[in-house]
Amino acid sequence: MPVNIRIPTPLRKLTHDEEVVETSAENIGQAIADLETRYPGIEERLLDESGEVRRFVNVYVNEEDIRFLDNKDTAIKDGDEVSIIPAIAGG
Amino acid sequence: MVEQQGYMKALCCRECGEEYPLEARHVCELCFGPLEVVYDYEAAKRKMTRQTIEGRPQSMWRYAELLPVAGEPTVGREVGFTPLVKADRLAKRLGIRELWIKNDAVNYPTLSFKDRVVSVALSRAREMGFEVVACASTGNLANSVAANAASAGLTAFVFIPNDLEKGKVVNSLIYNANVIGIKGHYDEVNRLCAEIAGKHNWAFVNVNMRPYYAEGSKTQGFEIMEQLGWKIPRHTVVPMASGSLLTKIHKSYQEAVKVGLVEESEYSVHGAQATGCSPISQAFKQGQDFFKPVKPDTIAKSLAIGTPADGFYALKVFKETAAASDDVTDDEIREGIKLLAETEGIFAETAGGVTVGVAKKLIASGAIPADDSAVLCITGNGLKTLDAVENHAGSTREIAPSLREFESLLDSDKELAAATQ
Ligand SMILES: Cc1ncc(COP(=O)(O)O)c(C=O)c1O
Ligand SMILES: [Zn+2]
Repeated sequence: MPVNIRIPTPLRKLTHDEEVVETSAENIGQAIADLETRYPGIEERLLDESGEVRRFVNVYVNEEDIRFLDNKDTAIKDGDEVSIIPAIAGG
Repeated sequence: MVEQQGYMKALCCRECGEEYPLEARHVCELCFGPLEVVYDYEAAKRKMTRQTIEGRPQSMWRYAELLPVAGEPTVGREVGFTPLVKADRLAKRLGIRELWIKNDAVNYPTLSFKDRVVSVALSRAREMGFEVVACASTGNLANSVAANAASAGLTAFVFIPNDLEKGKVVNSLIYNANVIGIKGHYDEVNRLCAEIAGKHNWAFVNVNMRPYYAEGSKTQGFEIMEQLGWKIPRHTVVPMASGSLLTKIHKSYQEAVKVGLVEESEYSVHGAQATGCSPISQAFKQGQDFFKPVKPDTIAKSLAIGTPADGFYALKVFKETAAASDDVTDDEIREGIKLLAETEGIFAETAGGVTVGVAKKLIASGAIPADDSAVLCITGNGLKTLDAVENHAGSTREIAPSLREFESLLDSDKELAAATQ
């Protein structure tokens, strides 16, 4: 069972409208690199010039923000769920 | 070219400047930056004179040219124009020359500043043809979406953390909205809502409708300036959850200068948070230009957002306006609520306690000089957060319906007063 990555609406053009894609990468950084090989252009949407996850992008592994884990080095394993979500306003 | 609607020209990415049509969308496809409404300021300037505005009904819609609806507003036409109260007794206690309270605790219809943003978001949602409206909320937004949707005949789904104050929960349920309590804190509610918004074609006021919604907060700033006699206040203290209200009050001051309603003058817009959820004020104090997300733990549940979407822009506002940001503990929040109530007769919710507490600190530290003037934004009503203060407000003293018992109560008070002198 691979890892499922949920793709947010603004990126679905790049994934040909796929809402969920799979990866067998072992951490978040590798997963993004893996996505880039299959959906060229996606990496520069997610990472800034220095290669870090963009300020306005939130990445979650099993509902936990990777900034509470190991950022791009956060490990992922079979059956994990990754979500990529733009920052949203308050309430 | 994007087609202009009313005074709105387009949506534009705050980060990279990419333009988008005036749709229900909130994120730049290129860089994930937030989208913002751009106006035709030249046209707005011709229409918005002090005189025409003063002749309009007393609601937030008297500034309609700079609000993001194409036609006439249809939801919440009576919202806003809350009192700006000169707070001399509180000024004395805080040690400042002049102090004003902008009292959105009595905003219409649900007693918080959120009625402003919801009135805009739902008016816009309706003109775009949506029939279902929704939000992720720390409580007040849910109340306002539920009430305003009811009066507009729209279906509402409101998502809240499941540990909110009873007053806030009942205040959403009573309007027959779909109230969904999420087992988690606000940031988890928010994440879920982003995913739901990607699936269902609803008007999520703070997700896909965010560019329109957020603009509603500017009206608090416009009103403050008009009520001060068309002046930008020297200091403004604003409570922050996502930081959206603060950045929009700042924007209202800039826009008022741009369309010629006020003279340009020096001002500072200061931010207030609860220590138990203070990612923005911590980043400010550490001199960082980006915050670190936190897990909230505070009685100020309305402000409990650990990943504030506008935190980055709030930090920029402090820099640009030579302002400060600070935070207060739960005890200081309760003291702030009591102090405002005892001195001005205004019962604010926990966010108001945060604002008063932080104002006190900023005046004491000199960040707001004692010989200056300041406006405190009180954004929500204390009756909704009774849980936070009920064991700290003292208790009633019960006696029989007997004059003798009452007189002896007064006598014992006198004795006590004499003994403690
Ligand atoms: C009473 C009250 N004041 C202030 C705020 C802060 O709002 P913002 O997310 O715009 O910073 C909120 C947010 O929910 C609130 O309920
Ligand atoms: Zn952009």
